[in-house]
Amino acid sequence: MKTFLLRRLLALLPLLLAVTFITQTLLVLAPGDYFSKLAENPSITAARLEMLRAQYHIDSENVFVRYGYWLKGAVQGDFGYSFKFQAPVWSLIADRIVNTLILAIGALIISWGLAIPLGVISAVKKDTVFDRLAGGLSFVGLSIPSVFFSLLMVFFAQKSGLFPVGGIHNQVYWQYFTPWQKVVDTLWHLVLPATVLGTIGMAQYMRQMRGEMIETLSQDYIRTARAKGLSERKVLFGHALGNAINPLITLFGFSFAYLLSGAFITEYVFSWPGMGRLTVEALLDKDEPLVMASIVMLTAMLVVGSLLADLLLAYLDPRIRLE
Amino acid sequence: MSGEPLLEIRGLKTWFESSDGVSRAVDGISYSVFDSETLAVVGESGCGKSVTAFSIMRLIPSPPGRIAGGEVLFQGRDLLKISSADMRAVRGNEISMIFQEPMTSLNPILSIGRQITEAILQHTDCSVAEARDRAIAMLGRVGIPAPERRIDEYPHQLSGGMKQRAMIAMALVCRPRLLIADEPTTALDVTIQSQILDLLAELRDEFKMSVLLITHDLGVVAEVADRVVVMYAGKIVETARVDDLFSHPLHPYTRALFRSLPSIVTPRGALPVIPGNVPSPLDFPSGCRFRTRCSIARAECATIEPELDELRPGHSVACPFTDATAAGSAT
Amino acid sequence: MSIEPEPSAAPAPRASRTPWQTLWLKLRKNRAAMLALYVLVALYMVAVFADFLAPYHYETLDQDRPFQAPMLLRIHIRDASGSLTRPFIYGTRVANPSLKLYEDDTSETFPIRLFGRGDRHDLLWLVPTDRHLFTVDAPARLYLFGSDQFGRDIFSRILYGSRVSLSVGLIGIAISTLIGMLVGGVAGYYGGAIDFLLMRVVELILALPSLYLILVLRQSFGSDLTSIQIYLLIVLILSFIGWASEARVIRGMVLSLKEQEYVVAAEALGFSRMWIVVKHILPNTLSFVIVTATLSVPFYILGEVALSYLGVGIQEPEASWGNMLRAAQNVSYLTEYTWVITPGFFIFAAVMAWNVFGDGLRDAADPRTER
Repeated sequence: MKTFLLRRLLALLPLLLAVTFITQTLLVLAPGDYFSKLAENPSITAARLEMLRAQYHIDSENVFVRYGYWLKGAVQGDFGYSFKFQAPVWSLIADRIVNTLILAIGALIISWGLAIPLGVISAVKKDTVFDRLAGGLSFVGLSIPSVFFSLLMVFFAQKSGLFPVGGIHNQVYWQYFTPWQKVVDTLWHLVLPATVLGTIGMAQYMRQMRGEMIETLSQDYIRTARAKGLSERKVLFGHALGNAINPLITLFGFSFAYLLSGAFITEYVFSWPGMGRLTVEALLDKDEPLVMASIVMLTAMLVVGSLLADLLLAYLDPRIRLE
Repeated sequence: MSGEPLLEIRGLKTWFESSDGVSRAVDGISYSVFDSETLAVVGESGCGKSVTAFSIMRLIPSPPGRIAGGEVLFQGRDLLKISSADMRAVRGNEISMIFQEPMTSLNPILSIGRQITEAILQHTDCSVAEARDRAIAMLGRVGIPAPERRIDEYPHQLSGGMKQRAMIAMALVCRPRLLIADEPTTALDVTIQSQILDLLAELRDEFKMSVLLITHDLGVVAEVADRVVVMYAGKIVETARVDDLFSHPLHPYTRALFRSLPSIVTPRGALPVIPGNVPSPLDFPSGCRFRTRCSIARAECATIEPELDELRPGHSVACPFTDATAAGSAT
Repeated sequence: MSIEPEPSAAPAPRASRTPWQTLWLKLRKNRAAMLALYVLVALYMVAVFADFLAPYHYETLDQDRPFQAPMLLRIHIRDASGSLTRPFIYGTRVANPSLKLYEDDTSETFPIRLFGRGDRHDLLWLVPTDRHLFTVDAPARLYLFGSDQFGRDIFSRILYGSRVSLSVGLIGIAISTLIGMLVGGVAGYYGGAIDFLLMRVVELILALPSLYLILVLRQSFGSDLTSIQIYLLIVLILSFIGWASEARVIRGMVLSLKEQEYVVAAEALGFSRMWIVVKHILPNTLSFVIVTATLSVPFYILGEVALSYLGVGIQEPEASWGNMLRAAQNVSYLTEYTWVITPGFFIFAAVMAWNVFGDGLRDAADPRTER
């Protein structure tokens, strides 16, 4: 198990190198940079611009020079300063990661909390009205664009006044809140964006769960369990569920990774200060050090997500655990 | 054979419905299993012998399957009429079953011990520790070495033969009156096969139970069965004591089966095969279902449905045209 | 399509059906999939005839009338005396220009004219004409789904936008399927070092956080591009991400197919490997490829929406369903003039139709399903 972990973490290194190098190449290829906007300002001279570019080491058009400079800093743990915020990138990212994790966990609870029971019931009650309704619902969830769904939710929040329209805290009273009020306030802000992401995920995992469960229920060992005289409930939860859920564990890792990186549209619409929005805005601003650090972070989280899934699977499945 | 049968099947019909029509997999069969005997049901795959076994256990997936008629009397009680809770108390307790594929019939993510104790805890009031002790004892009895260690292992850690032994332990741990063995040795190596058959015979005598053995292998039948039921296309064509059947097969189908067996006394050469294919259960031939492949078929065979007729004591056959006296020995 | 008696009434002899006929027969029994197919045909027909069906050009604006409410339900068919008449709308009076409040001016009526004259366009990109399916006479304007912040007709822009948003999916899967089939076919058939190398590339692309990669790629091309260039760029970028998963699965299929006897036979006859891959192996993956492609169309449609919504996709004044939603970023627009999110329903409908149709196709192509 230790060697497995070690091997997986070691495999992360070439991946990170490849991803950052590609990103760097594309950034160099992109016309203009963060300071291009300043060039429109007549009070800033061309010489001054050159000086700024040299100061931030983005004057070279040679990818290897630029990447080499970034890599040299990165291996020493120095990912540089954000051009826009004039702060070390890690201090910016640290906050955002926590926010993104809150959103991701909220969405995971909603999506898996609904997907597993609904999928199991659909499989057991295959071809009934319930199954058809749940199937239809899952197609809706699968097809609704997150932008559109998020906008509908914002509209609902604004019209009903039940939920905040965006953000993660109450901007005005946050500092006066007790810790408990802070938690409640954050959860209250979390409901709508987590619902959007959770519903979309739920649709996908429910269909998967239903399929796996139907497959499992047709296995020989389920027949054996019934032949032992076990009640249908014991057959379902004692024998079928554990087997049906294993293939979904891998998906669980992916879903976590997807939420960490793929939630940016929802973060964008709800003004949720997460990694996604930070990265997209940094990209649009060409805030290079911030883009690079975000990409490193997102890739690492993707890998860690699937690694966690593998570990969970090994814990649950004796065939993998004992190898 | 005297006294009340342990299990009596009367006119059982199990049909499957599909978009292409109704498939009459088992179509009105009757037979009995008596105390402490081994009854073998033989036939080609698809003849309905396994479906019969699953019908007894009420394990036919429904839909598409349904039991369309008949009775399954176990110790005088019709199993088709009792509640599903009562039926669960019978399964694994009074009637147990072992299956063809030991590889897939054990749950891969639960330990052997858990799967055996589960059956004990389901049917008896005993503590978990007690159940575990019984499971270990049973594993030892079916010939699994170091059972106290093996009990915590998972199915993938056991060989095929060991898995089947574990299956047998699981089935017998509640001391059932009847064991249904559905092709228990088909998936195993030849050397393992006879070990498992010997074990089953030993345990039958020791536990004083009856065995209903489903198989397509006449060699297995010869080795362990007391009586034999021959099935073809959802019907019983012949039933007899094992020595009677082997010395005087009466039905043309049974005879054809024996002829197609390799034998050490006849010269080597091409084995005779039964011409044609097993008919599809969606449309069986009218009248006698074997007539399309039968060497002695006549025109009447298309119109009469042959009934089982006891031509010799304890030996019945469903063919009015067979010549009981000329039945040659095939062994 | 002619009306024929249901073929299932009399079971046709099974042996004579080609696999495609079997697929079609199975698909026809799936009512949801057939409905989705009809929706898709309708949507794509609308896209083809968008300029004729839309009363206005996507750029046509009336700056005096931003955010006018949808008129779909304010088309009248009874005149003042209550008798039936040809459909008409009332004129519009601006009640409060700063609050964008309008009211009907019942003194004027404007009948809806079929095949009336309007903005010039080229029907089917060929026939120059100024006829539209329906119009109203100036100064009235027909805003079926309302107008946007510049006083443009949202209905017309949705129709024009469908050309972009719907075609992205078709062209995108065409490109990525082609790449996926070639790479997957080559990797699976040749195996060895080529396979290893190609599969590492595939894994790299799959491991990347794809939406960010799309954004970075998009940024690397700058912003001073013509609309057609941006359109092509979006399609290419999405295909560049999309081919990897298809390649991986096709490789798996090819690996199992290449051991089949007919491939071995072709090899023994001395055909070149490339020939065997293209001529014998890939056609056998076709039904699978079509199913995968159908199910991945939504990725392209949603990709365009995401890019355009973020402002790096289709640029104003060009219309796409994604960039039309940008108006809703402003919460006050969203709540006061909710009709600006109408394009969202169309995206939803199109994606849903593709998903349902693709799912039906998968079931129909699966030999294990009986019904």
